[in-house]
Amino acid sequence: MSQPDVTSRRSDAAKAGSPGGSISRWLGNSGFLVALILVGSFYVIMLLAMLAADLTWTAPGDFIKALSSEEIQYSIRLSLMSCTVAAILSVWVAVPIGYLMSRFNFFGKGFVDAILDIPIVLPPLVVGLSLLVLFSTTAGVWVEEQFKAVFGTGITYQIPSVVLAQFMVACAFAVRTMRTTFDQISVRQEDVALTLGCSRFQAFWRVTLPEARNGLITALTLAWARSLGEFGPILVFSGATRMKTEVLPTTVHLELTTGDLEAAVAVSLLMVVCAVGVLYAIRHFGSDRAMGRVI
Amino acid sequence: MISVKKLNLSVGEFALQNVSFEVPTRSYCALMGKTGCGKTTILEAVCGLRNVDSGSIILMSREVTSLPPAERGIGFVPQDGALFSSMTVEENLGFSLAVRNRPKGVVAERVKELAELLGISSLLQRRIQGLSGGEKQRVALGRALAFEPGILCLDEPLSALDDDTKTGLVDLLARVREETGVTTLHITHSLQEARSLCDMLLVMEDGQVRELPVEGEA
Repeated sequence: MSQPDVTSRRSDAAKAGSPGGSISRWLGNSGFLVALILVGSFYVIMLLAMLAADLTWTAPGDFIKALSSEEIQYSIRLSLMSCTVAAILSVWVAVPIGYLMSRFNFFGKGFVDAILDIPIVLPPLVVGLSLLVLFSTTAGVWVEEQFKAVFGTGITYQIPSVVLAQFMVACAFAVRTMRTTFDQISVRQEDVALTLGCSRFQAFWRVTLPEARNGLITALTLAWARSLGEFGPILVFSGATRMKTEVLPTTVHLELTTGDLEAAVAVSLLMVVCAVGVLYAIRHFGSDRAMGRVI
Repeated sequence: MISVKKLNLSVGEFALQNVSFEVPTRSYCALMGKTGCGKTTILEAVCGLRNVDSGSIILMSREVTSLPPAERGIGFVPQDGALFSSMTVEENLGFSLAVRNRPKGVVAERVKELAELLGISSLLQRRIQGLSGGEKQRVALGRALAFEPGILCLDEPLSALDDDTKTGLVDLLARVREETGVTTLHITHSLQEARSLCDMLLVMEDGQVRELPVEGEA
């Protein structure tokens, strides 16, 4: 076997072991990471740029003026209260729905699955309009009368309508989260719990629900954040009445319509601070470390 | 005693028909067969985790075919252990007694007794994550035995373990059998494992179960 033939074969073998050469290798490894970082950075930089622009548009005085306003203080209180109630209600409803959709097959399941996604795909204004129309029907009027008899207040254009509008959208996200959570929890654990003496409810309560804790926190977080950002349904179903049904997104809208851009931006940044604070608190106090769990 | 008579059940496209076998009280019975032949399905039906179309299941002289799993008195150890990862080892072991509202002192005593039998006393406060495969199977076994069931069903409990760990668990299962006398149905692929533990060998083939001699050719 001649030397040039061996050299040629070794060169061919080297080329065969590294397809496309060094540039192609770089593109497939480091180049791939660089591309990921560039695409991701674009979005993160846009977010930071938006926040920076808001910060530079306002002055500390605008914040103080906003926080001193009685209407905005009311708006902050109503937002925090309504988002919390809507988020808790959302999770309360999402857990059984998510569990049913995850664990059971039944007639019409596909149809129900599609219905549950409606609040996610519908324009928010349409959700608000649909609620307004619903409570204008005979049945809706009757429900509102019963509600007023029990709680002393109606629904439409009142505070309960804010909670309901937020709940109708936030719950859809919570349901999706809880269904995915239960899908990821092995049925085997429930099977074992049944053989150990549990009823179906006991297996769910003692085994499955604790397993779903992180999913519950995520669903609560998502529902709360979604509720805070809801504007369209509230505008249509609750109105934009100051000191009554005004929540923070409504405040931004009202300040914009009166031409007070500085106040609108100040309130927007207030929403960012509120949201980050509450979401951090939920995640922190719900974390394994906070609960004293050590592996 | 485990008695299965003319059992018919279907799971999707898969069906078992007229399956019958009997495991005498205090026997340790191995059930073998090819992958996918229906061994786990039969075990789950015995435990009440699968609905049956017809036939009967009699456990300890009681007709249990229509009873829920909680009322059958069976300790079940699935293939992957399926430990409750939100609980400590101690809580896993005492789970069946906590469900039965036994006093805390009674639960603690039984957990201690089981932990000593299974050699996992040092693991009681540990969470499930981080336990080795052998440790998890010991905890799963202890959890199944805590309420002193009359019947123990094991679904390939040693399949995912290395040889050394497997040997340790085989010795443990033999000790459990000796100390508790529980009637056991143990699914396995290993003839060696079956022969080292069981006094009865069943083989599932073509949807039917037949008994084979424990010694000699399978």
